[in-house]
Amino acid sequence: MIFHPGILALLLGSALTSSMLCYCAYEGVRIIRCWDIRSGSERQLGLERRTYLVSMVMSYVLGFQLLSLFLFIYTADTLSPLFVGAMCAAGSLNVNGFGYPALILKIVSCLLSGLWLIVNFTDNKAPDYPLIRTKYWLLLGIAPFLLAETSVQAGHLLGLRPNIITSCCGTLFSIDANTVMADFLALPRLLSQIAFFASIFITMALGLSVYLKAKGVYSFSIASFIHFLMSVAALISVISIYFYELPTHHCPFCILHSEYGYVGYPLYLAILVSAVSGLGAGVINPFRKIDSLHDVIPRIQKLLSLISILANSLLVLIAGYGILFSNLSMAAY
Amino acid sequence: MRALEKQRNILDFTLSSLGRRKGKNIALVLVYTFVIFLLASVLFFSHSLKKEAALILQDAPAMTVQKLVAGRQDLIPTHYIDSIRQIKGVQSVAPRLWGYYYDALSGANYTLMVNADLNDRAGEIVIGNGVSWRSAAGKRNQPLRKNEIIPFKTYDGSALSLKVSGLLPFASELVTADLILVSETDFRKIFSIATGQATDLVLQVRNAKELPVIATKITQIHPDTRPILREEILRTYDAVFDWRSGVIIMVLAGVFLAFIILAWDKATGLSAEEKREIGILKATGWETTDILLMKFWEGAAVSLMAFFMGIFLAYLHIFLASSILFAPVLKGWSVLYPHFRLTPYISGYQIATLFFLTVIPYTVATIVPSWRSATIDPDSVMRM
Repeated sequence: MIFHPGILALLLGSALTSSMLCYCAYEGVRIIRCWDIRSGSERQLGLERRTYLVSMVMSYVLGFQLLSLFLFIYTADTLSPLFVGAMCAAGSLNVNGFGYPALILKIVSCLLSGLWLIVNFTDNKAPDYPLIRTKYWLLLGIAPFLLAETSVQAGHLLGLRPNIITSCCGTLFSIDANTVMADFLALPRLLSQIAFFASIFITMALGLSVYLKAKGVYSFSIASFIHFLMSVAALISVISIYFYELPTHHCPFCILHSEYGYVGYPLYLAILVSAVSGLGAGVINPFRKIDSLHDVIPRIQKLLSLISILANSLLVLIAGYGILFSNLSMAAY
Repeated sequence: MRALEKQRNILDFTLSSLGRRKGKNIALVLVYTFVIFLLASVLFFSHSLKKEAALILQDAPAMTVQKLVAGRQDLIPTHYIDSIRQIKGVQSVAPRLWGYYYDALSGANYTLMVNADLNDRAGEIVIGNGVSWRSAAGKRNQPLRKNEIIPFKTYDGSALSLKVSGLLPFASELVTADLILVSETDFRKIFSIATGQATDLVLQVRNAKELPVIATKITQIHPDTRPILREEILRTYDAVFDWRSGVIIMVLAGVFLAFIILAWDKATGLSAEEKREIGILKATGWETTDILLMKFWEGAAVSLMAFFMGIFLAYLHIFLASSILFAPVLKGWSVLYPHFRLTPYISGYQIATLFFLTVIPYTVATIVPSWRSATIDPDSVMRM
């Protein structure tokens, strides 16, 4: 393990969020088992009060998760000089087998926590908590992801061994060590460029239909998910090269550096927000039939589609700016 | 817009409510600020040292070759140069002569280094700022000037007086504070080193990507040598400074735990007056979520105030007050330590790390108490 402040911060943050989540899951089990809205017993009153605590804890967990995703990437970036051959986060995540799984789990738990908060928000809008059992089942489903993320991340961070000078040898281990440059599998540029812009416009059009006519929620949701995958692929194969002005550099992490004006942060955020809001609109749609949510859900879906449209507009602006105003021209390829 | 207005009103109320309990809150903010100040100082200082080391090593040779005898560094025969120069890709190989000299008069260690410009001016030296102040024993408030003499005791017992012919520029103080540049003849005289031997060899290589291969070839031709790359030195410095700051953070964990207990205690021990306040709020129509929101803003106000004050104080401490609290542990110590002011540098990453180490534990510690106070039964409180 490297005794790095960033690593200590990540481990501490994850340990705290996981323990909070475990507590929430425990409360969740109690609520699933004993919840009875018609009862006026002291236990029911206590459980009702506890739902406030769980909602609050989960909003903090999501906030911390989002911050820790960026802190994780940034820490991997900062640590890269310690490993032979690693030039940015891509290299240090590849130092052991836990790096990339930890990153993927982090992204998945961010998305899941966001969706849970949307379900929770919807539930709180109705006076009779119609989704209470559903949302605590969902919470129990999310918990393993977050716990897995905490342990995989710990496995990655604790397993890092820097290549530093030891008393017996200087350079020699550098040659023995495998070079840890990660090559990103880039899809054909033109294809992913077309797919990315097509998916963004389809998602925005479907979002607009949800916003104006309250129709096509599921298609909007599915489109948002496909668009999320397309955006990640396009980030690696198309968008990044224009920002780096280098047709062979496909790294999704260097874009977070100051050399590129930290443009990666709004880009990542826009992709995540668009995915969470798009998927969220679909996730709450089945509950439309419930009486107390009948009027609430369309309003929330309208709001979510607006957020998704705004996030995607930001994405178009940034990616479009990068591609149009880059000094790199791919006309010859 | 209405939601924003609601948040603004709640924040407004929270701030005035905090103001009504000045004593209690100021004590908490002060301790919180102190904890953040300590951690921020460690982070800023170690980061600036890393930056400084990287800047200095920029001009270091790409590869240094040392000779080892029984695992310790020894003088390297200069005839190794010929065989190393034959390796393809090596641009130049030069011997270096340098070492440490303990000056009994001043009680300081100097770094002596041969400078080719002085080779035809034997008997002359160029000294760093630290040396000029230290060697002027007896007249401490006046530095050594040009043409004054520094006596050296050579390794064979005789004395050698060298004349100061110049001073090194102040700008490079961090590296030159204890440095004395001498001619090769004088260096060999002081340390009794025979010609044909050098401290180490430095290599310039045309293509940096070939460095590892050249290093392997050198160890094949001369198995008693140890090649060291500039990147490895940088990497080691990085790891050492990270490790040192990590250790200090762990040591400070005790302080931090005490703070968390204090925060927990403060948040749990609501006074009767505070309870009544919440009771009245709820009786006048505030919902539990509004009280939770108020508690959130309360935590955010306390955290942000302490966070910014702590960072500001740490900035003053590290970059203006020369980090008096941590310097000996983090940078090491020496009689002739250079007086340098670190280049101010704060990154978003440091702030984020700090946030994770301080604000998140504080928030976690206060979640349950604030929920407890938000779910107080108005009826039972107002009856008290």
